[in-house]
Amino acid sequence: MSPEAAHHPPVQGLAHQFDSLEQQTEATTLGMWVFLVTEVLFFGGLFMVYTVYRTWYPDAFAAASHTLDITLGTINTAVLITSSLTMALAVHSAQLGQRKLIMIFLLATMALGGVFLGIKGVEYYSKFVEHHVPGPSFHFEEPQFAAHAQIFFSLYFLMTGLHALHMIIGFGIMLFMLGWTWKGGITADYYGPIEIAGLYWHFVDIVWIFLFPLLYLLGGRY
Amino acid sequence: MASSTVLIPPRHYLNDGYGIASWLLTRDHKRIALLYLATVTLFFFVGGAMAVMIRLDLATPAGDLVTDETYNKLFTMHGVLMVFFFLIPAIPAVLGNFLVPIMIGAKDLAFPKLNLFSWYIYVAGGLFTLYALVTGGVDTGWTFYTPFSTVSSTTNVIPTALGIFITGFSSILTGLNFIVTIHRMRAPGLTWFRMPLFLWSTYATSLINVLGTPVIAITLLLVAAERVFHFGFFDPRLGGDPVLFQHLFWFYSHPAVYIMVLPAMGVVSELVAAGCRKPVFGYPFVAFASLAIAVLGFLVWGHHMFVAGESVYSALIFSMLSFLVAIPSAVKVFNWTATMYKGAVSWETPMLYAYGFIGLFTIGGLTGLFLAAVGLDVHVTDTYFIVAHFHYIMVGGTIMGYLGGLHYWWPKISGRLYNEGLAKLSAGIIFIGFNLTFFPQFVLGYMGMPRRYHAYPPDFQVLNVLSSAGASILGVGYLIPMVYLMWSLRYGRLAGSNPWGAVGLEWTTTSPPPTENFTETPVVTWEAYDYHAPAEGHVA
Amino acid sequence: MAAHILPKRVYYTIFAILMFCTYLTVQIAFFDLGRLNAIAALAIAAFKATIVILFFMHVKYSTRLTWAVVLGSIFWFGILVALTMGDYLTRPWRMFG
Repeated sequence: MSPEAAHHPPVQGLAHQFDSLEQQTEATTLGMWVFLVTEVLFFGGLFMVYTVYRTWYPDAFAAASHTLDITLGTINTAVLITSSLTMALAVHSAQLGQRKLIMIFLLATMALGGVFLGIKGVEYYSKFVEHHVPGPSFHFEEPQFAAHAQIFFSLYFLMTGLHALHMIIGFGIMLFMLGWTWKGGITADYYGPIEIAGLYWHFVDIVWIFLFPLLYLLGGRY
Repeated sequence: MASSTVLIPPRHYLNDGYGIASWLLTRDHKRIALLYLATVTLFFFVGGAMAVMIRLDLATPAGDLVTDETYNKLFTMHGVLMVFFFLIPAIPAVLGNFLVPIMIGAKDLAFPKLNLFSWYIYVAGGLFTLYALVTGGVDTGWTFYTPFSTVSSTTNVIPTALGIFITGFSSILTGLNFIVTIHRMRAPGLTWFRMPLFLWSTYATSLINVLGTPVIAITLLLVAAERVFHFGFFDPRLGGDPVLFQHLFWFYSHPAVYIMVLPAMGVVSELVAAGCRKPVFGYPFVAFASLAIAVLGFLVWGHHMFVAGESVYSALIFSMLSFLVAIPSAVKVFNWTATMYKGAVSWETPMLYAYGFIGLFTIGGLTGLFLAAVGLDVHVTDTYFIVAHFHYIMVGGTIMGYLGGLHYWWPKISGRLYNEGLAKLSAGIIFIGFNLTFFPQFVLGYMGMPRRYHAYPPDFQVLNVLSSAGASILGVGYLIPMVYLMWSLRYGRLAGSNPWGAVGLEWTTTSPPPTENFTETPVVTWEAYDYHAPAEGHVA
Repeated sequence: MAAHILPKRVYYTIFAILMFCTYLTVQIAFFDLGRLNAIAALAIAAFKATIVILFFMHVKYSTRLTWAVVLGSIFWFGILVALTMGDYLTRPWRMFG
């Protein structure tokens, strides 16, 4: 804080450790990016496990992958991409200070996210009914692949489950942003929070962009 | 500039608010540093108690103090507590939290509330782990190798794994906080190459924290999940590969040892500069060496797996890379030594710890080179040679660096001076106790005594007795500072803002500092360690 | 931090490309291209991720530090995969008997 700034009235929304809103926004944006790095490595561990076992058991993984509903998976991918669009438009509206539009696009993003989770729930249920949930009741139609197919399904549930958990956290973040916007805290001069919420949501989208082909398509459908 | 004539300011961060709520809900990085100081010290002594039991049992060849199962739990908990709850957080969370904002001329870290949250996460993880300890312990080794940890062990694997998982987020968020702070909140004029080297080390450590810890987090989650749901990722009977666990585990745990030693190296840079009243020799090389250690440290993890079943070609690559990673560490040792050459070398306690670090870290590091050679590693792996190697670095290195830093910055943190005579005595006792404990272990390991065994052939007893005797001396050495440091809080002489006559932003503010660190934001116009500049402004 | 405000049509264009790529990658899965199936699927996914990063996340207009952070995270994940798979892929080798 420069000696001059000490005598200015406090800026609305400026935390005490920062000298300016610009510094605060730069810091929080960098903070979100560094956090996303940790998320890349966190999911990365699971992708590593997937890579090893797909290399070792390509046929079992293909057979298991075939039992996933490619139509639902494709719809979900489209839904999540659309939610990324609405999120980007929310940030765009924030840059222009369009309070109502921010809230509309945030709600649209959340709605699309809800659709995604609903479809995911349907898929999980069908996996449960087909006895593809790893555990004592696991049963796979092609017995020669059963053990390794169980590894595939373990990864399926872990990876999509962790992804879904991150989406739910994203809902929480967006609710928080909705509240902040509604109370007028977001303006064309200070829209950093919406931007970093957007970064988080796009990251969640990118994880799915890779999960979809790895889980649904790599077994081949021919 | 901050006054240097006031011995203790009327208002400072310690008396800025009283009561337990003002501490447990603080956003002040300095108070959070003290919260960490209290908790890491607690875990250090619990882990130390485990070590006492281990060395007592090993004083005789027969495993007669504790059963083998209990012994397994002792060395496991010793490792878990010392690694995850003491060595990894200690210097960054205590000294780093206290010093980073002050050294860059800021009022606090970028995210003070996140900083407090990090402490609570650390405590929560610690409570999980202590719960696991008191309800039966865990016997897998701190390395949790599968399939023993996922299938056969009947002990508290899941609570311990979850405890470490939770605490990992404390490291991640602290690292994130430091990275953003150092990038975005440096005072006007404080360029990267004017920063004290402690900040470079802290920055490099934070990079490792952010890049590596998430992988151990997901790995421990997988261990817990596999134990519950029997997924089969690491179970050969279900098609899994136990070595995959080791790849994931060591991808973090090797860089973790650099999380443990880099901050201590940063402290040593500060101590050597202040103790010799000279700029650190080859400052850019030391700065880049910190980054190089952080990067190269991620490329060598397979040297923990030479006998685990990884391919010979993989072992070759990891061996070569392990030789490479020694180079930046060696650069630092050379540069510290060169700094001391023709410097006004002092013998005050912090400097004693610094010199101890340089010598003992060199021994530990050189023995690491022995281990990077696959042929020799095959001979001494899983023996006491390994145990001695890492204790030379972790205890002879990191803990000495931590104690040195604690003593050096104690006047700044508390406003008081400790008793120098007792401090020197403790440093000497620690040095002697340490070497007596761990040097015999190099010999034991080379002679073939396996690690993690509660009994051994009688031929090894003499060296074991020496080691246990050393451990008791070392324990005494660690207890004495507790006494005189606490005593100094009440009765120590007032320190003033710069008792060492050192150069650095932290010495320009009062001891203890005010809550906002500086009365005016400093504007930095001098190079780091500018000991030859005229004594105006930045040297109090 | 992008002070640069992208016109909305950029977002709509990227959206259209993403949807098209999704359609493409699903279609390719129905043909047997051998090893190319995996390469194509991952390449398309990488391309989709890239345009999300560059345009939706504004990285194209961000500081060099942001670029370093993004590239660094990918590179580090790459280290994990490369050196681990280096072990798995060389286990069957018997060059030295």
